[in-house]
Order: sequence, then structure tokens, then C-alpha cells
Amino acid sequence: MTAIQETPAKDAGAGVRREALYFALRNGKLLAGFGVVAVLFLLGFAGPLVLEAADPNAYGSQPMAPPSGEHWFGTTTFGQDVFAQFVHGLRTTFVVGALGGGIAAVIAMAVGFTAGYRGGLVDEILNMVTNIVLVIPTLAVLLIINAYLGVRSVPAQALFIGLTSWPWAARAIRAQTFSLRTRDFVALARLSGSSTRKIILREIAPNMSSYLFMMFILLFGGSILIASSLDFIGLGPTEGVSLGLMLQNANQWSAMQLGLWWWFLPPGAGITAVVGALYVANVGLDEVFNPKLRET
Amino acid sequence: MSLRVSELRVYYRTLKGDVKALDDVSFTMRDGEILGLAGESGCGKTTLGKSLIRLDGRMRHMGGTVELDGRELPIGDDRRMNEFRFHEVSLIPQYSMSAMNPTRKIGKMVGELLRSRGVTLDRAELESRLDLVELPRTVLGNYPIELSGGMKQRMVMVISTLLNPSLLIADEVTSALDVSTQKAVAKALTGFRDAGFVKSMIFVTHDLALTSRIADTIMVMYAGRLAEKAPAGVMVTAPRHPYTKLLINSLPEVGVRYADKKLAGIAGSPPSLLDPPAGCRFRDRCPLAGDECAQEPPVAEVEPGHFVACWKA
Amino acid sequence: MRQYFGRKLLVYGLTFFVAVTINWMVPRFMPGDPVSSMVARAGVSNPGAVETMRTYYTNLFGFDQPLWKQYANFWAALLQGDFGISIWVFPTPVSEVIMGAVPYTLGLMIPSVLLSWVVGNWAGAFAARRKLLDNTVLPVGYVLTAMPYMWLAVLLAWGLGVVAGIFPVAGGYSFSLQPSLSWEFVADLLHHWVLPFLSLFLVALGGWAIGMRNMIIYELESDYSNYLSALGAPQRLIRRYAFRNAVLPQITGLALQLGVLVAGALVTEIVFSYPGLGSLILKAIQNQDFFLLQGTFMFIVLGVLIANFIIDIVYVVVDPRTRAGMAGAQA
Repeated sequence: MTAIQETPAKDAGAGVRREALYFALRNGKLLAGFGVVAVLFLLGFAGPLVLEAADPNAYGSQPMAPPSGEHWFGTTTFGQDVFAQFVHGLRTTFVVGALGGGIAAVIAMAVGFTAGYRGGLVDEILNMVTNIVLVIPTLAVLLIINAYLGVRSVPAQALFIGLTSWPWAARAIRAQTFSLRTRDFVALARLSGSSTRKIILREIAPNMSSYLFMMFILLFGGSILIASSLDFIGLGPTEGVSLGLMLQNANQWSAMQLGLWWWFLPPGAGITAVVGALYVANVGLDEVFNPKLRET
Repeated sequence: MSLRVSELRVYYRTLKGDVKALDDVSFTMRDGEILGLAGESGCGKTTLGKSLIRLDGRMRHMGGTVELDGRELPIGDDRRMNEFRFHEVSLIPQYSMSAMNPTRKIGKMVGELLRSRGVTLDRAELESRLDLVELPRTVLGNYPIELSGGMKQRMVMVISTLLNPSLLIADEVTSALDVSTQKAVAKALTGFRDAGFVKSMIFVTHDLALTSRIADTIMVMYAGRLAEKAPAGVMVTAPRHPYTKLLINSLPEVGVRYADKKLAGIAGSPPSLLDPPAGCRFRDRCPLAGDECAQEPPVAEVEPGHFVACWKA
Repeated sequence: MRQYFGRKLLVYGLTFFVAVTINWMVPRFMPGDPVSSMVARAGVSNPGAVETMRTYYTNLFGFDQPLWKQYANFWAALLQGDFGISIWVFPTPVSEVIMGAVPYTLGLMIPSVLLSWVVGNWAGAFAARRKLLDNTVLPVGYVLTAMPYMWLAVLLAWGLGVVAGIFPVAGGYSFSLQPSLSWEFVADLLHHWVLPFLSLFLVALGGWAIGMRNMIIYELESDYSNYLSALGAPQRLIRRYAFRNAVLPQITGLALQLGVLVAGALVTEIVFSYPGLGSLILKAIQNQDFFLLQGTFMFIVLGVLIANFIIDIVYVVVDPRTRAGMAGAQA
């Protein structure tokens, strides 16, 4: 019986994947979203190398200059090149998003899979922990921690963001795991003596891989937004540049009142573009993986 | 004649092309008749049931007519069809367990539904029907979540038949129930017919054993077409179509349901309805298939009331 | 019912406990000595004052006592409403400083959160109805949710404040006025309130609209909607049911979003120098006023917990299933 059932199941899997790819390449939202993210990603990673400016925070000789051929995005009150800061800031943004989102995703999966698969007391306890972290206002906790941290780095910021932003994802994974747990193929794996770890990694996780990927995208975007808020309050990394820090500086040095619009427009637009494009791509992914949405 | 379906074609629009779920189906029903509609899943029985009341978003009416009590049903026109729904044609859906709005008290929901169709609720009549299916009258003050599965099923039956429709479509109503509840539901359905709440009924099911006990006539479909239609007794004891024969032979003990997916007794699977082969659609699985089966067999009345679509019958 | 609220209260109680513990632990276990950094950065030059401050803080933190005693003392002080003395506005008690700022934050948050929730749900339900609307509401919604709160605030301040000059861009009221209950002052207060309110309102709007749109579409495809359609019920009735049922998860969503909304309010206040908790936090950080920061943290946690509990009560009132289920469980 297993032999008969397994072959078509695997074939169907490959078919579904091919079909998903087919629709993915024809989904405007997905392509546009990932397109924008890819362009900004390249800008953030190649930009700093091409610019050769060692320190984007270095003071220049032309303060408060509007955008020109020399300074594409103009300069700050201190003559810093806004474009150089922007590309470096983009890089920080991606790092925070990937690290923070990644850490949150790992915790969410560990908690969600365990709670959903094991059930019982383990589930009760993990559920309680999840609820507590869910209710506690994340930014307030991050404020306290970061305020006491003397030296703040981007990875540390991402770590703490990851540690506090996983609960909703853990809940969602738990619910999905719960429904997969009773399926035939999982029961079969259990009967054939696979370990819990193996069942989760080989049977359950692959069956919700698209879901996990979409979840990671949302956590990625969320981390970027939280980080920018922290930066803006003045608890950003003590060294380097980020888009949030640029906004903070612009606000602190009254860029608005001085009419230096080129100082505060690009960083906010950059964050909005990255996060917005991720969200739009996510909607596209949803349409690709969810045939019900595809028909319309 | 209460219902006359002629050359009905209903296709599903998909990206790969039209799925010919219902391809040239004709039959008639008398007043007071209960028609059991059976077949494997994907044979078109549910599509037929839906076609008579409401096409879903992807279904297209491609041809043929449906006549109820001498009036043509505009089945392809969602808006014009509305005046017939509930009043003339009604439905007990497959999903009775979740058919009622979870956040409205049942009595209130029924009242709002009736008012929206321009009918005032006859409380006494509603209560007498609740008595008939042995539901306490207090259910009207309950939310659906407070009812058991069997109670929800019966409640939906009462709602669907409240306006005494001419035709009732019961779509797989027993598949989610346990055996004893199935029997109670089947009994209630015949009771509704006997009491005159509904004139005629189409009982869509994959459970031939149960069908044979409540239906007057049984119609078996295969791959979007009618295979055989005969009085229930004849169908069970003397089927003519090779497919029906295999189906009856593979019947398990009464009350035990076979898997919806595939009949264990018949090798192979039905052809794709995306691009069905010419000729008899059962040909590839048929033990009797011969050369003439490359031609499509017409539906012939071999005895009064017994229709078969097979060259060998 | 008792079980439902009992469970919720247990979670909130534990959350409060965790928050207090974090609050206690962070200064003690983070690298660095908070006392000397506070004294050093407080910028007091008089050596006598420095010594007094050092003794005072060391006593306050109780660093000379065993850890468990420090912890117990911390709770004891907290339960008496003693959050310490602010350094930034020495020697005002922290609780007093915070109470001065709380009305501004609440006055900003409550209307903007509720209004954006209502209007967002309405817009989302509307968008689910027509393809054309859907194609405009959805992209706008995504841009709004992707926007950092402070950036929209900066854009509004710049556009409507600095460039157009319609609204003031800083403060809770004009410096020339003294707080009083005169028409002039109230009008001035409202004038300063508009932009921060508008920016909080707009950013949150997108998320609610998108959520509602998706929920309504889901409800319109649900079994009860199909059943009603099959029985020829008019779209009006079906939509009414769908809307009502779609609102329920949006209420839960409001509880889940509280943390984000508070964060948004804090940064928005900073942009507008609005005299609420956000500006207080900024001042506390700039002045290394850890007591003020920690006090504000406790207030925010308490506020969020209370708001959560209010939402729980509302949910029970609105969703009959919770009550029906509870009645059944009790019987």
C-alpha cells in the first residue's frame, strides 16, 4: 500500500512545484515585489563598494547642498553625502531584516513545531510563553535593553529584535503543525519509527515550506520597521549608518525646518520601498501557492 | 412531469481548458419521486445537483434546458434564477455542519432569511416541522455551535424545505454522519416528501446501499454522462450497464461506506474530462468492451422506466 | 466565562511579572555600571553633589544587598507606586513626571487607534465589493503599512506644517500660552494635536483595510454564504453577515497590534516634540535618566495589559460563540 501511494504522491509534488513556478513567473505582484527588493539589495551591497567612500559619515566641505551631479541626494548639515549614507543604510537595513527575521523564524519554528507536534503539557507551557511575549510591548522591552547596552551593534540589535518578534509566527506554525500531525503520511512515518525531530524536519516542515517562506518575509519586513523605530529614538547602532539613524539625525538637526528635504526623504522612502515590496511579493506568493486565489 | 432535463451541458472553466463535467445529460422526474443520483466522485453528480440551483463561479452553462413544472429554469443566469431558489428549488448542502451563520441565533437567522425573500415567518409552521424531525423548539434560540452534528443536519433540512419547494436537492447529506444518524436523516427526507413539503427530490450520494432504500429511482452517472437509470429495485437486482453491475457487485455490507476516491472492485480510473475520448467513456475499464464501443452509445429505454447507455445492454 | 477570564488574567499577571523582572534584571546584568554612568552623564560638576548622587543611586539600586533582597525591595517599591526620582527633572518623582505625559499620549492614541480601526475596516469591506476599489485601496494600504511611523509623521509635518504652514509642527501647545481651561488654550491644543493624530491614524489605516478585505473575502466564500446564496438570499444580507463575522478577528487583531501602535505613537510624538511618553523616553535616553525610562516602561506595559483586558471583554460581548461555549461548559 505504501509503495502504491508514495509514487503518485511524489509525482504530484513535482507537478505542484512545476506549476507553482509556472504561476510564479507570471505573477506581476511577485515579480514587481522581488524586482524592487533585488534592485535595492544590489544597491545596498554593491553601492558601498563602488562608492569607495570609506566613511559615509565623514564630514564634507559642502554642507546643506541640494541634490546635484556631485552629490546625487545632496548633503547634510555637516556636508555628509546623503547618497553614500543611503546605500550604506540600505545594507544595514537588509542585514537587520535578514538577521532579525531569521532569528525570529528559527525561534518561531522551534516553538511552533514542538508545541504543535507534541501537544499536551509541552504545548500548554509553550503556549503560555508565547502569549506572554505576544502581549508584552516589544519596543518598550527593546528600549530598556538597548538603553543599558553601552555599545550597540547591528547584530545585537537584530538579535534582540529576533528574540521578541516571533510569537505570532510561532502561533501560526503551531496551528498548521497541529493539522498536519494527524495526516496519514505523518502517522506512517511515526509507525516506521522515525524520531520526532526527523518527522518534523522531513515530513511536516516540507509540507508547509511555502507557508514558512512567506512567514519569514513578514518577519523580515517587521524587523526592519522595528529597527528603524529604535534607531529613530536614538537607540540605534553606535557605529555606522542605518536608514533609521539618518531619519533620526535629520530630525535632530531640524532638516525639516531648514528645508533639507533630500535628507529625510530618501531614508524613509528606502524603508517603505523595501518593506512594501516584500509585502506585495508576499501577496503574489500567496496567489502562487494558493490556487483558490489564483482563479480570479 | 415535474422535472425535465434535456441535453444539459455544464463545463468548468480552468486554465487548461474546459472540464466537461456534465456532457449531454437528459432525464425526467415525476411528482413525488425521489431520485437517487450515484456514481464515483468526479462523475458529475454533484455538478448536476449544483446546476439545478446555483452554478459556482467557475461553472458555465454550455447548452441544454431544465424545465420545472412546465417553466424553464434560467440556470445560466444567476440573477433570474434567484426567484426560483428556495421557493421552487432548494438545497440541503453537503456542508450542513457549517451552513448556518455561526454568530446568529438560528431562529433570528431564519427570520432574516425569510424576510429577505419577502416571506413572513410562520412560527407555528416552523415549530411543527421542528417537532417532525424531533428537534426541541428551543434550538431557535441557540447558536449553531450549541447543536450537535445530527441536530444541525436536521435544522438545515427544515430551513431548506420551509417554503415547500417543488424540487429538493440533497447533496451528499449523509456522508458526514454516522450510520444511525444516516438512517434517521434518510427517514426524515422521505417523511418530508410524504408530508408534501417537497414534491420531488434528488438525493446525490456515493452510497448506493443507502440510496436503494430511500429512492424510488436510481440514476448512475459515469464521467459526465448518464450510464443507467432504473427503478430502485430493478437497479439493485437486475442492472444492465456493465459499470452499474460492477458497482452493485462491489457493494459492501449495508451501511459500510466505500472510499469516495475509487471503487476497489473496478480497475483503472475514469477518463479525464478535460478532453474525454470519443465513444463510450467506460470503454477502457469495461470487461465487455468491443469495437462498437468506439461509437458513443445512445441512452435507450430497454424497459419502461429503465434507461441504459450501452451497446451491450 | 470565569475560566476564559481566569486564563486571560493569568497570562496578563505573568506578563506583568516578567516585565517587572526584566526591568529589575536589565540594569543589574547588562555590562557596565549604571550608577557611575548616570552620575557621570548627569553633568553635575559640584563634587559634593556627585557624591550625594552616587550614594543615593547605590542605595536605590540596593547593590550592597543580596540579590533576592534587591528583588524583593524592587517589588515593594513598585507596589507602593515608587518609581524613584527623575534625574532629568531632579528631584521630581518619576511617577509624577509620567502622569504629566500620559494624558497627551492617551489623547493621541485612543482616538487615532479607534478611528483608524473603524475607518480601515469600513474601507476594507468596501474594497472587497468592487474590483476597481480593490485595485486602489489595496496598493495604498500596502504602502501605508510599509511606512515607518516616523517617516509619515515627518512627511506630514514637512508638507502641512513647514511648507504649507497650516499646522504647528512642534509641542503640545504654543509656548506663549499657559495651560488653562480657556477656549483659546483648547483650540491651540487641538491645533497641535491634528498632525500627530493624522499621522498615527493614516499609518494604521492601511493594515486594518487590508486585513478586513481579506477577512471579508474569506467569509464570502464560506459555507454559510454559499448556503444563503443557494437559497437566493440577497447580497445585502450575505454581506451583512460576512462583515459582522469578519470584524471578530479584527478585534483580536487590535489586541495583537497594541504593541506596534504604542511604538508608533512614541516615535510620532518624538517627531512632533509632542509632550507625551515618547518625548519623555527621548529625554530620558538623552539624559541617561534610567529611572524615568524604567518607569515609563512599566507604565506602557500596564497600559497595554489593561487595553488587552478591555478588548477581551469587548470580544466576549460581541462574539456570541464565546458566551454560548462558556454557558455550555458551565452547565
